[in-house]
Amino acid sequence: MTEGGDDGEFVDEWTVSNIVTTIVPLLAVLSVLQMGSGSVLERFEEQLLTQPSLLVLVPVMIGTAGNLGSIMCARLSTQLHLGVLEFSPDNPNVRANVAAVFGLAVTVFFLLGVASWAIGRLLGGSLGLGTLLFITMVSGMLLAVWVVIVSSVAVYVSYRLGYDPDDTTIPVVTNVSDVTGVLILFTVVWIVL
Amino acid sequence: MVRHDSAADVYRQALPVILVSLVAGLFAGTLLGTESMREGIESVPGLLLLLPAFLATRGGVYGPLGARLSSGLHQGLISPHFEWNDRLRNAVVASFLNGMIVSILIAFLAYVVLLAFGRSGNLLELVFILTIAGFLSAVTMLGVLLAVIFRGYRRGVDPDNIVGPVVTTVGDVFGVAFLLVAVEITEVIL
Repeated sequence: MTEGGDDGEFVDEWTVSNIVTTIVPLLAVLSVLQMGSGSVLERFEEQLLTQPSLLVLVPVMIGTAGNLGSIMCARLSTQLHLGVLEFSPDNPNVRANVAAVFGLAVTVFFLLGVASWAIGRLLGGSLGLGTLLFITMVSGMLLAVWVVIVSSVAVYVSYRLGYDPDDTTIPVVTNVSDVTGVLILFTVVWIVL
Repeated sequence: MVRHDSAADVYRQALPVILVSLVAGLFAGTLLGTESMREGIESVPGLLLLLPAFLATRGGVYGPLGARLSSGLHQGLISPHFEWNDRLRNAVVASFLNGMIVSILIAFLAYVVLLAFGRSGNLLELVFILTIAGFLSAVTMLGVLLAVIFRGYRRGVDPDNIVGPVVTTVGDVFGVAFLLVAVEITEVIL
């Protein structure tokens, strides 16, 4: 069943039950996944409460991972709907998306290093600027590589399975990026500190 | 709308929103570090555990709504001038339901994980907190999202480049703030 047959590949009905039954099971699984990063936070609870800089990093890390992933997914799925996308590294749209994500990641994670240092200092933390910049830049670049891979795979798989990537990929990619963002961050923190 | 944007175009359009999101994230992080939030984390077992799930599902619930509306605008399925029609109403109602269902589900999940870790938790307290926080976020997110998408599109900003960051930004700041509000309200009620 499609609306006017203009988009035969996708389940394209805008009904409440259709949207709810597509998204809720997906989010249920992903919430289970998020309990993984919740457990990591719980494990680092003492360190988080004594070093405010690290606590400041958490929402930004989670948010930026999701941001980069959703830009990537939203662009890829609109390009797919419009028929100007092919899944190849030579596709100009794919190249532009990837370059933009890396540029954004470098900008954000540099600023994050500086900002978390300053805020941490104000809140009585003791971590140095160099340490925080190292933590944010290393985890930021690893995250960008990961986001590009996960987004492309998610849009491709969703398309192949006949689900509209607009509905499926953003929840999957933002959640996977969030969990891996926290894991990457705390792995780097654990190695550095 | 021209679809062959270069990397520089995408960067330029997305950067301001990403930076706003960075500032919002820093704000949310600072909120997390406040004394009343730390007290909340200590007094409500499971709060830190469910925090990532709660923050992340804001993106999972409202991100698809944004992406759906922006593809709909690009395809001409919905009008750039905001007006209620069946498509739009269905999409908004469904997102509200998704938000509430998933918030309550997270409360149950956190409770189960706490038990699995051999720790005690208060199921009623968690359900209360997440119902209140989920409702407050839903109302806020839907309002902000609709305003940004329709105004943005009419001004020539591709909603694809801004929807995700807007959702996570508003979701983070209000997510942490509403969790805090919900913890306080629940303490008074229970």
